Amino acid sequence: MPQNDLVHGAVLVLIVVAGFFAIWFRDLLSSIISLSAVSLLLAVEFYILQAPDVAIAEAAIGAGLSTAIYIVALRGCRKAPSGGSLSPEEATPEPGKEEPKP
Amino acid sequence: MRPLSVIVRTVCNAFAWFVAVFGVYVIVHGHLSPGGGFQGGAVVATFMALLLVSHGATKCLGWVRTNFFYAFEHVGLLTFIAAGFLGIGVTFFYNSLALSGGLFGSAVPLGPNGGSLNTSGTIALMNCAVGIEVVGGLSMILLYMMQGVFHVDKPTLRGKEEAGHDR
Repeated sequence: MPQNDLVHGAVLVLIVVAGFFAIWFRDLLSSIISLSAVSLLLAVEFYILQAPDVAIAEAAIGAGLSTAIYIVALRGCRKAPSGGSLSPEEATPEPGKEEPKP
Repeated sequence: MRPLSVIVRTVCNAFAWFVAVFGVYVIVHGHLSPGGGFQGGAVVATFMALLLVSHGATKCLGWVRTNFFYAFEHVGLLTFIAAGFLGIGVTFFYNSLALSGGLFGSAVPLGPNGGSLNTSGTIALMNCAVGIEVVGGLSMILLYMMQGVFHVDKPTLRGKEEAGHDR
């Protein structure tokens, strides 16, 4: 079945591409969305491999619930002060506090 | 914790009910089609996830309480144990409802067929129990997570200009 193999390969390539974009995005909300795209494509892959039971579980938990949990956790976070630099050396200190010098 | 835009809220309000109905379908047809109690329960718990993400914690915690889902969890567990003890005269988990003619008790028709829903005895009953349990547990995880974010949100973020990541 060459057509089935074509769909199979396309889904596998798309999983890798979506996983790459999940790391590559600087915006964390976009990163979460592409992570849920990975889960959705993984559900399609499970269905192609004839495990529809696992596909339903993956679509419900991976693409539905864990995305919602990530978004809830993200809403509890604060943005980094200066344009997304998260390392402690580059982050600007708060105006009230001064760093103690060693 | 502000709600998201009106487009997201409208789509989530409409779509959540379809998701819940599909989840109940997966639970009830657990002994015939792919899926079962756990998968269907996870799909139904997406109902609460959609409402929580779109409307925010303040509104959703006004609509439902965590005790509601706590009761769901207890009812599911007790139903599962009771269904296990139904065949106490024979063995634990004996399928005492099969071929009795009552709830889920009719016989499976012979030959190839599309599947008859009213069969399989206690198996379908336990699928429903697991479904109720999973709905309660996963919705409670989401609600407690949102409550935690909400409590952290109040003292540390008030009066500062920094918005959340989604704004």
